[in-house]
Amino acid sequence: MRLAAALSVVVAALFAASLLVGPAGIGLGDSLRALARGQGDEAVILVMREIRLPRALLGLVVGAGLGLSGAALQGLLRNPLAEPGLIGVAPAAALGAVIALQTGLAAAFALALPLVALGFAAATVALLLALAGPRGTLTLILAGVALSALAGALTALVLNLSPNPFAAAEIVFWMMGSLADRSMVHVWLAAPFVLAGMAALLTTRRGLDALTLGEDAAAALGVNLRRLRLTVVLGTAAVVGAATAVAGAIGFVGLVVPHLLRPLVGARPGALLVASALGGAAVVLAADVAVRLIAPDRDLKLGVLTALVGAPFFLRLIWASRRTEA
Amino acid sequence: MSGCASGSDRRRGRLAALALAAALAGAAGPVAAQSGAAQSPAAPDAPRRVVSINLCTDQLAMLLAAPGQLVSVSHLAADPRSSAMAEAAAAYPQNRGLAEQVFLLRPNLVLAGTFTARHTVDLLRRLGIPVLELPPPASLDDVGGQLRAVGAALGRAAAAEAEARAFDAALDALRAAPGDRPAAALYAAGGYSPGAGTLADDVLEAAGFSNIGAAAGMTGGGFLPLERLVMAGPDLIVTAEPYAGASRAEAILGHPALAVLRGRTAVQAQTGADWVCGTPHLLRAVAAMAAARDALRPAP
Repeated sequence: MRLAAALSVVVAALFAASLLVGPAGIGLGDSLRALARGQGDEAVILVMREIRLPRALLGLVVGAGLGLSGAALQGLLRNPLAEPGLIGVAPAAALGAVIALQTGLAAAFALALPLVALGFAAATVALLLALAGPRGTLTLILAGVALSALAGALTALVLNLSPNPFAAAEIVFWMMGSLADRSMVHVWLAAPFVLAGMAALLTTRRGLDALTLGEDAAAALGVNLRRLRLTVVLGTAAVVGAATAVAGAIGFVGLVVPHLLRPLVGARPGALLVASALGGAAVVLAADVAVRLIAPDRDLKLGVLTALVGAPFFLRLIWASRRTEA
Repeated sequence: MSGCASGSDRRRGRLAALALAAALAGAAGPVAAQSGAAQSPAAPDAPRRVVSINLCTDQLAMLLAAPGQLVSVSHLAADPRSSAMAEAAAAYPQNRGLAEQVFLLRPNLVLAGTFTARHTVDLLRRLGIPVLELPPPASLDDVGGQLRAVGAALGRAAAAEAEARAFDAALDALRAAPGDRPAAALYAAGGYSPGAGTLADDVLEAAGFSNIGAAAGMTGGGFLPLERLVMAGPDLIVTAEPYAGASRAEAILGHPALAVLRGRTAVQAQTGADWVCGTPHLLRAVAAMAAARDALRPAP
């Protein structure tokens, strides 16, 4: 509980920082007055309410969703390497989003964007569970590598064939993710799905705790394993699908955050869920503040920072798992 | 034009200049062939087979070449999104600027841009084909020089001189008197905005606008974050028509914050093919922006 409170304070501070950092350089008092009460210069109100607020809200929601879905997947698969980006769920969601955008489906029906992304994400998680299941670390990672490569190649193909000359340059956005210049429209498109997915994932706390004793013991404790699996699949798909549809695939958040917080919650997967949601929000908000400080006038991708921090973690985890297997 | 001209005089001058611009820029078909001076043949020692591999030299060559002299233009010349002479270009075989393709057309002269197809140009020179490289224009003052350079290379110096003089005269008539300058922002995909020292900046300047991109301290082109655009408070936002298909870069042009800025005035203006190259079509761009300026700040 103390951990959750401390993390909440960090998230609140980073959310405020996200609102206050930007290329326009508006004073603290002016920006808060414009945001909260709609007073002051019209341009400042516009910047605060239509540009910075949606960006901060998306950082909060997307980050919380990614942290939580990483923790839930790791709990279900009992595998610390499971992460939506690494095992191909986020790349598949990006492919779905790109297809929805380039076919004109998203222009005709706005909800098609998160829904198609969600569908692709769900199909990928289901496929991975069927291929790898629990305990198959190597199989899971290899299947994930193959699915990531396939989704990435198809995304590049669709974008290269687009009649829009700018689309091909956006492969980087879909692979690395960014929150730049998103609007409240994107918040309304993504947030309901992400929050619904998070609510579903949070119901699996008891089940995931029981699962640490093994599938038979969990079943004996009255856990419906089929239902648990389905909830994690659909919850993860909703979170990752909707988040990726508006922010691109931001990798490693779901890997690093649960890994850092696991010792602090006594290695209980259930307790890790809430902590990882808060931690994920903190990481994405911090990364989004950092990209604006490092390169204010360029759209440096979030995934660049999360991968710079996350990839060494990943290598460390592989090293650790190598020793236990040996 | 004189600084003491009244508002209505200025507008009449602009109408006349616009008519001249339309006559210069022409409608369909190789334009040069339509005007009287262009009927004269090229100089006897002029290149007989000219191939252009750059969008801007395509248009200059179509304007200036003698009938039959220009044998091919680049495929971009026929794209109405980038070329102000797409219809005229349909009358010419198109090339994709590949050395092999160009060589097989057996040109005596190749026209190219300084920043495009470097390898093609190097290869063609090694094969002994003369290449004229034309830099992209950085201001409206460069247009006369570009016309004259291409005219001289084509052996059509007299026609080029006439076009250049007509352009300068029409531009002088269009140029806005110094005074109250509303701020315009040219905003393209991904937040790209031309700053000081660009042709687009000069078009805005000539039409009586101040350029937000230049005011934001950008020289050449650059990316202007949406926040800074909003804070600069432009009176007019000038964008290009989006391409088919979707892109995140163009999605920024539909951002709600931009919609609010646009909603402040009923005046609309777009960039397009007329803005791209150093040709007399720029007069149409200046005239359209001058009309937008007059609509924003009606003469008393």
